[in-house]
Amino acid sequence: MLGRDSRLTGRLYAPVQVRVVIEFGLCKALPNRKRVMLTVQALTRLHISVSFDLNDGECIALQGPSGVGKSLLLRSIADLDPNEGTVKLDGTLREAVPAPLWRKQVTYLAAEPGWWADTVQGHFGRWEHAIPLVSRLGLPPSCGTWPIQRLSTGERQRLGLARALMLQSRVLLLDEPTSALDSKSTATVESMIAERVSGGTSVVWSTHDSTQAQRVGSRLLVMSSAGRIEEHQL
Amino acid sequence: MTYIQLAYGDLILPALLVVMDGALSLVLQLRLERQLAIATVRMVVQLVLVGYVLTFLFTAVSPFWTALAAVIMVLFASREIVVRQKRRLPGFWSYGLGAGCTLLAAGTVTIFSLLTQLHPDPWYHPRYALPLLGMILGNTMTGISLGLDVLTNGLVRERAAIEACLALGGTRYQALLPVLRDALRSGFMPTINGMAAIGLVSLPGMMTGQILAGVEPIDAVKYQLLIMFLIAGGTGLGTLAAVMGGGRLLTDHRHRLRLDRIGAERSG
Repeated sequence: MLGRDSRLTGRLYAPVQVRVVIEFGLCKALPNRKRVMLTVQALTRLHISVSFDLNDGECIALQGPSGVGKSLLLRSIADLDPNEGTVKLDGTLREAVPAPLWRKQVTYLAAEPGWWADTVQGHFGRWEHAIPLVSRLGLPPSCGTWPIQRLSTGERQRLGLARALMLQSRVLLLDEPTSALDSKSTATVESMIAERVSGGTSVVWSTHDSTQAQRVGSRLLVMSSAGRIEEHQL
Repeated sequence: MTYIQLAYGDLILPALLVVMDGALSLVLQLRLERQLAIATVRMVVQLVLVGYVLTFLFTAVSPFWTALAAVIMVLFASREIVVRQKRRLPGFWSYGLGAGCTLLAAGTVTIFSLLTQLHPDPWYHPRYALPLLGMILGNTMTGISLGLDVLTNGLVRERAAIEACLALGGTRYQALLPVLRDALRSGFMPTINGMAAIGLVSLPGMMTGQILAGVEPIDAVKYQLLIMFLIAGGTGLGTLAAVMGGGRLLTDHRHRLRLDRIGAERSG
């Protein structure tokens, strides 16, 4: 396993420790007896070096000062940036899964989502399937034909969330998903994510809002400028 | 076939037109006179030298010297491709991609025309092979350099959109497709424009040269058509290979966008 991991990821980046990870499987020692869904071991990207587990149906809040590397961490878990270490979903190594399939299951949502088509509905497989989600986020069904250029920052953020939720991913990596939203929309988003969590989706939620972290998270990971994380119970 | 031969002395009067440009630059304070002088001297020296080199090559008719001349032409073309890039690919690929695609496209198309249409004896005869290669090379080089420039700039500009697509489980080809299309369009456009305007807006240099050398216009047209078809094929092939290759180099096996592999933006 060691040889394989270093071959996959070690060529272009600074040498980093890669540990052999023992298969977790059912982890009875965990307080809520939930199964470990996502395992992050010695994940290293630039100055970040992080290990933690994420149970199924759990939401972890991630906090830390700006520029400390929260987005880098989430992007690395989604394998959007080259990184070292071991990440497993249900015990399966990330490298054993084709990257597009991995990201459909472990989905990263940027604070400012990007857009590649001219209209809103060009970003959804079947727009009619997205309408219930979009409506719940306070946007009219007719917004499918809106040009992306006319969307406000808040509309973009809500539509970006709807687009990510359409995938029904196992793990959601949310990077300040309500940073551009008013309190009403924020409450809606929190409630929609809570429903997904109760349905078994696991979430890492990065936020600068301490009260939001307490509302949405069952645990809090605080990232320091040294790129390490400390865990706090909420 | 008769033509009016020129002596070097016959070129003095036309050269005064360039001197007139220099004088205009001085009067209007354009500060182009130095560049103009250097460019003019370079042009004269390069063309006279190439005249002697071609005379030698046409006399020798050697596969070695012909191949060497072709390789040197490809290397200069790849250097031009690199120089025209605002953002360069890293290390070996900076030159390697342009040179490889230019050689592939221009070489294939030139050999194709020599073997299937012109049938010179021997097939690599430099009188046919080198002028054909030169014309195809020039246009292929333009297509490749435009395509790569639009590709690298597009990837940087559209980074958020590309990564959004990747984050949602898109493959690197799905995510890059809009930028790849833009790059291919830009690479093909000069050739398509050139084909559309030829004969109406401009008379191509090669055709003009043949007519001045005494060839019947309709025969010159046939040669020009052959050249234009070859140029279109070479440019399409070269641009496609370079843009797809560039897209592959700037992503990795885990379908990640690798902008860290592009050099910093160059000014100017």
